Formats: sequence, structure tokens, C-alpha cells
Amino acid sequence: MSDAILEMVGITKTFPGVKALTDVNLSVERGEVHAICGENGAGKSTLMKVLSGVYPHGTYEGDIVFEGQVASFAGIRDSERAGIVIIHQELALSPYLSIAENIFLGNEQQRRGRIDWNATNLKAAELLRRVGLAENPVTKIVDLGVGKQQLVEIAKALSKEVKLLILDEPTAALNDTDSAHLLGLIDGLREHGITSIIISHKLNEIKAIADRVTIIRDGRTIETLDLHRRGGGDDVSEERIIRGMVGRDLDSRYPERDVEIGEEVLRIEDWTVHHPLEQSRVVVDHANLYVRAGEVVGIAGLMGAGRTELAMSVFGRSYGRDISGRLYKDGRQISANTVKQAIAHGIAYATEDRKRYGLNLIDDIKRNISGSALGKLATWGHVDANRETVVANGYRKSMRIKAPDVGVITGKLSGGNQQKVVLSKWMFTDPDVLILDEPTRGIDVGAKYEIYTIINQMAAQGKAIIVISSELPELLGICDRIYALSAGRVTGEVDVATAQPEKLMQYMTQEKE
Amino acid sequence: MSASTQTISEPTPVVPPNPEPGGGGLGALLSGRLRQVGIFLALIAIVILFQVLTGGTLLTPRNVTSIVGQNAYVLILAIGMVMIIIAGHIDLSVGSVVAFVGAISGIMIVQWGWPWWLGVIAAILVGGVIGAWQGFWIAYVGIPAFIVTLAGMLTFRGLTQMVLHNVPITPFPDAYVAIGSGYLPDLGGGKTTFEPLTLVLGILATIGLVGTQVRERSKRVKLGLEDEPRSWFLAQAVFTAVFILAITFTLASYRGTPIVLVILAALILIYSTVMHQFVFGRHIYARGGNLHAAQLSGVDTKKVDFALFVNMGLLAGIAGIAFTARSNSALPGAGTGFELDAIAAAFIGGAAVTGGIGTVTGAIIGGLIMGVLNNGMSLLGLGTEVQSFIKGFVLLLAVAFDIFNKRRAANASK
Repeated sequence: MSDAILEMVGITKTFPGVKALTDVNLSVERGEVHAICGENGAGKSTLMKVLSGVYPHGTYEGDIVFEGQVASFAGIRDSERAGIVIIHQELALSPYLSIAENIFLGNEQQRRGRIDWNATNLKAAELLRRVGLAENPVTKIVDLGVGKQQLVEIAKALSKEVKLLILDEPTAALNDTDSAHLLGLIDGLREHGITSIIISHKLNEIKAIADRVTIIRDGRTIETLDLHRRGGGDDVSEERIIRGMVGRDLDSRYPERDVEIGEEVLRIEDWTVHHPLEQSRVVVDHANLYVRAGEVVGIAGLMGAGRTELAMSVFGRSYGRDISGRLYKDGRQISANTVKQAIAHGIAYATEDRKRYGLNLIDDIKRNISGSALGKLATWGHVDANRETVVANGYRKSMRIKAPDVGVITGKLSGGNQQKVVLSKWMFTDPDVLILDEPTRGIDVGAKYEIYTIINQMAAQGKAIIVISSELPELLGICDRIYALSAGRVTGEVDVATAQPEKLMQYMTQEKE
Repeated sequence: MSASTQTISEPTPVVPPNPEPGGGGLGALLSGRLRQVGIFLALIAIVILFQVLTGGTLLTPRNVTSIVGQNAYVLILAIGMVMIIIAGHIDLSVGSVVAFVGAISGIMIVQWGWPWWLGVIAAILVGGVIGAWQGFWIAYVGIPAFIVTLAGMLTFRGLTQMVLHNVPITPFPDAYVAIGSGYLPDLGGGKTTFEPLTLVLGILATIGLVGTQVRERSKRVKLGLEDEPRSWFLAQAVFTAVFILAITFTLASYRGTPIVLVILAALILIYSTVMHQFVFGRHIYARGGNLHAAQLSGVDTKKVDFALFVNMGLLAGIAGIAFTARSNSALPGAGTGFELDAIAAAFIGGAAVTGGIGTVTGAIIGGLIMGVLNNGMSLLGLGTEVQSFIKGFVLLLAVAFDIFNKRRAANASK
């Protein structure tokens, strides 16, 4: 603990009416990867905003000691000059500019007041080599996947001579391969003398890469655990970290449920979908699957396997073109060519990206909940606003949406509570089949458990549920059956009771013969 | 609610019940609702300012009547415009549509000798057809409204000049002219201090509006939904009553109720209700707030867009009739710049450029602020160049104030 690059001592940050941080202490050693763990709303992001000068010196109490000096950053430029760079969860790249332009945005390579394009692109190429990204620096950001964009962000940070790199949920949107590459890269940055702080929900990642982990709960530091990556000392289990985060043991990360499976509700046969822009590209390839009442069926697949595309094309042809195949609802063939028809047939789809596709973030809870089934509250087009409030209040209580009333703007809710609003909205359409796409993405551990509980309750009511998820343990924890999807094809089906994760993974990675 | 819609039980409240807000005086009540009432306070401040500057001329019955007449058509446009802006679009063509509809009505009524009412209805329908034309390109072809209506602005201005051969059509029949500058009949025969019909209408309107508010509130209280303190509700009700009655008595002591005011009031009432309480209105807010989320919720956003522009066309038609009637001639250059006045009214009234936010009443108040400014500055003898300069400033300040307020609210809630 001799060589601390950063000491945050007694940080207290108060917003009108709320104490976001109370006497938080954080000590980061030079050259380590330090993880910060905590539920959503625990104060992780606030702490990082204090550190990076988003909340300037003087708006908080306590001291930041960086490289042995008390820092008083007036803004993010000050902290960057000192060598602290933060990469936010939502990437801040300009989509129609090139990689090189983005790397040097705000730090343009100039000669006599004019941009030196050769220097820009050469230096960018060098940085891309360092982060292991084999792309031409003149490639536009919009042509890159999220994983590669993340690497560009890191290259950008490196261009600023970063000493302390802060990554906020860096792998949240990445698939396993990209995540592994990114984590390896962060691991390797140590050798360049770069210290990293990584905020993450994914405990296996923290275990894989972090030297120490500081746990924050309710705006306070709970503890700092040494993970003993370099040997010696006891192994710290994931359960141990979770206990620190939630303040209690989660007996199980997945709630128990009594399974009572009924008749088949939805069957998808021979379902084929083409890419909306490249007509020749087959995104979903003759998929067959079914789901029964009271059953939770998982769809596993790597990024690009066609999971979301399958779900959205079934949901009123919201995705793709030249869709062929048959849909059966309760044994009868149906056509659902628009979202409205799909809803009328009792199909609901909760999107993987609730901020972009799921919610009207500038409107309140009750209007979001009523949005898909406004007709149920209306006579001759006239909405009964009182009944709407009553209905929304009912969901607020039963789904445990944490908000004082249903007039709260959904943009102000945490991820878990936003997801509960989305689920309420679909429950209000009175569906028979719910397709939940990544229902726990970006949600903290405690709220995940609540979402699982809600899914179980829905199943117990006889709803047929399809869950799409990138996290295999989650699917194994909550599903009855799992379909594996690879390159648009259903490559396997496993019963969870007898499932082996290895077998499932094998299906998911199965190439076309 | 049917049992099937909500069988997930476990009704343990995790949050303490909302404490009754309020307490404190009217000042405390106001400060928390600055965004809601700020625009209204601004209007009052501007009225007081010009009342003082003009030595009391601004609020004379005669001048109030003329403010109504001068601004009614822009206010009618502002209603449609704010709906379009809430949906995330814009309409630059309304000024030209106003001129074209006026011209068509002139041709039908004056040149072809159609009965005035038939001409009016047909001309308004022409407005609707124009709206459908633009709505088709916007909703179903997917061309941004800015482009389509910019094209429409040029097209319909050109068409107006073509059908009029660049010569005004005048005069119109009296019944037609009355739409723009006539009054409801004076039941007192001009002998009473206050015109009786206006008083009756004003009092009925007050009772109706305040009565509805009281009824709605008592319903909410019964359901346990009321979260506004009683004092705030009373303040609002009293204010509404005083406002309407003040206008009533002012108008009644001059020539009574302008017909165009009746039209305007009816439109405001209808469209506020549609935007607040009808599925169509909800779909407009949903479309503007998050297009994708609305589509994935089963909202037919193309139909919403199409309907919005048809509606704007109809309203532009009504405004066109009102304007042509007031000038008693169909002019080739009528309505120039009206689109900008209507857009300004919507934004001063709190609409968001990004869509999803705005109200009909806000736009009306925004339009009134512009109208009072125009009128007041004219009374003071300021030239149009100074007027334009100051109005530009007011627009900028109003929106800056709104953004400042939003930021304050966002910080307070963090």
C-alpha cells in the first residue's frame, strides 16, 4: 500500500435532498487494476464523476490526492491534463468521423494552425496497434461494431498520455470474444504503467482481471478486498463479493419456482428472415421452436446469431424483410404483420435496449405503462386518466417500482426500475406470450433477482415466456428449456434439468456444415 | 380493471406514501411550478409593462378587442403547429396555405358566386387536401417535414399568385367578412353598459371550466389520486375565473364577442382535450418522445404523422378564412411569415425542439405574448424594424429561460 497513485479521502457529495456519497475512501495503487463494485445507484458513477472533475472541486467534501498532490479539478479538462481519463458506458464517439479523427478530437494534430492529416493518421495507426485493433484509421466509426468502438475509446485515452484509466461498465454491450479481448488489453496496460479503475457488474470479469475490489453500498465504502491474483492468500468467491454489495447473502441468485407446464401457446415454424438492407443475407434460417403455457424458454446465442432479429420479426415483422414461415397461436395459424396485430394476438416483446426502443424517457411512468394498450382505458378515443393512474399504481406496487408516484419521468429511474416499467407495460396488454430480450441487461444484482421473481410470477400465471440472454448462467438459472441459435439457425435444444453448459456452448458455436 | 390484467400480487408498498406537498404560502407553491406557470407570469408581466407604458391604452375594451382580432388566425395556426412540433416535425408551409385557401374561397364565392358558407367549407377542405398531400410525402415516403413543407411554402405561394393572377379579390359578402371582423349580436340593442350575450357566455364559460375542474378534482380525491395541494387548486380555479371574467367584461363594454373569438375558443377547447385526454393526442406525444418505442408499442406512427398534417391543413384553412375575412380581400401575399409566428408561439409556449413536449395552452399563451408585444409596440409608435428586433430577442429569452428551468429541475432531482 506504499505506492498509491490515487487516494480519495472522506468524499461526501450531497445533492439537494439526497446524500449520494458519505465519507467514501478509495485507495488505488500504481499499476493495479482496481475494480469498483456496487448495485446501481450505490454511488459508483457519482464517485467517478467527482474524481474526473465532472463535479468540480468545491462541490464535494473530502480530498482527492493524485500522484501525491491534492487535486482540485475544475472540470474534465483539468483531470485529463493530470492524466485521468474516463470512458463512459455510453460511448462518446462521433459516428461519421473516422477512427483517427475521433482519437484526436479536441486534441487535433496541427501544424501552423492546419490539421496535419499524415501525423493524425500515422499516430492513430500506432495507437490502434497498441490496442490490437486491425482497422484502417480512416474507417468511419459507424462501420465498426461496439467492441471495436470500445477499443477506439481506449486508443483515444492512450493518446492523452493517460496514467489512470477509468472504465465504466466496459463490457456491458460486448459479446464474450470482444469482452475477453478488452479485458486482456486492460490487463496488458499495466506494463505500460497505466493504472485502471474498472466499474463492472460482471463478477467473473472482476475475478479475472482485478487485483483488488472496492465495494460501495448506499454511498459508503463497505470494504476493499484483495483478490490475490498474484498468489498467496485465500480465494475470494463471487458470493463473497455479492454479500458485500447487497449486505446479505443471496441464498441463490435465482429464485425457486414451481413449474406447471400447460398446452403449447406459440409455435414458430420454418421461420426465415432476410436482412432489411442486404436482401441476400439470411439472418434467421428456417427456425422452429415452440413455447408452452407456464414455461420459460431461453434462446441462447452469441452476438449476431439472430436472436433479437428472430424475436422482432415474430413481433409484427418489426425487423427484416422477405419473412417466410408460419406462426401458430394455441394451435391455430395466425398472421401478425404489424405490431398492433401481434399485440392483439397476445404477443409481447420487451426490447433489449429499453432506452432507445422501450420507453419514452421524457414521459412519466403511468403513460409508459399504458402506452401499448391505451385502448383498454379509452372509450371512443377518450382516455380515462384516473383509471390509468389507478392501473399504473397497481403495477408500481406489485412490480415494486421504486418511485414515489407514477407521475415520475421514466428517464430518472434506475435501470432495474425502468425494466419493471417496461414489463408492466407489456403485462397490461394482457399477453399470452412474452418475449423478453436481455431482461436484466445493465441491471444490478439485487434488481436482477426481482426481475427473475417477476418472470416466475408471470409464468405461474400461465404466460408462455421466451427469454433471450447473453448470460448462460442466467438462462440455466431461470429457464425450463433452452434453444441454441447459431448463424440464424436453431442448432440445438436442451432441457435445463439435464443440461450441460458445455453442450449448449457447443451448439451456440456450431458452424454451418 | 379486469382481474386478468393484474394478477401479480404482493402489494407491499416499498415506498412511503407521498407526503402532502404544499404548506407554505402561494410563493412557495409558485416557485416549485415555475415551468408550468412561468410563461403565464411572463404574459402578465408584459401586459402590465405595456399597460403602464401606453398610459392605460393597452387594456381599453377597444384595444383588447382588436388584439383578439389581430391574433386569432396566428393562434389558430399555433394550435396545429404545436401538435406538429410535439410530434417532432415542423411545418413551414402554413403561411402559403393560408393565402391559397383565402384565394380559393375568393374565387368560389366572389367570382363563381357560390353561397358564402359553401365556399368556406370547400376552402377549408382544400386546406385539408393540401395537408394530406404533404402528409403523404412525410409519413409514407419518409421525406423530412422540413423539406416537404419548405417545398409547400414555395409551391402554394406560387399557386396562390397564379390563381389570383397577382390581383387581389375583393369585396366579400358581409356574412363572410363577419367571420373575421364581426361580433355576436348585441342583445341589449347597444343601450346597455355591458353587452348581455357576452356576459352570459363569459359567465357560462367560467362556470363550465371551473365546474369541470372541481368535478375532476373531486373524482381524483375520491380515488385517492390527488397529489396537488388544495391551496394550489384553489389558486388555479380563482385565477381561471378572474381571467375569463376580466376578458368578458372588457369585451362586453365595447362591441361584444368577436365571432372569431368563439371559433378560437372552441378550437382551443377541442384540441387541448384531444391532446390531454384522447388516444390520438397520446400517440402524438409518444411519437415525438421516442419514435421507436412508439412503433414497438403498436402505435401506427405513419398514420399519426399523416393525420397531423391533414389536421394542420384544415386549421390553416380555418386561419386562411379568418384572415381573408378580416382583410375583406384575398391577397397574393397574404400570410407571409405566419408560419414563423406560429412556430415562435409554440416554442415560447414551452414546446421542445426535439419533440415530445409542449401544450396547446402553452402555444396560445406564447402567441398572446407575441400579440401583446406587437400591439403594445405599435401603440407606442415603434417602427416594424424595432418590433422585429425585440420579438427576436423575446423568442430567444423565452426558450433560454425554459432551458434554464429544465436544467434547474434536473439538478434538483439528481
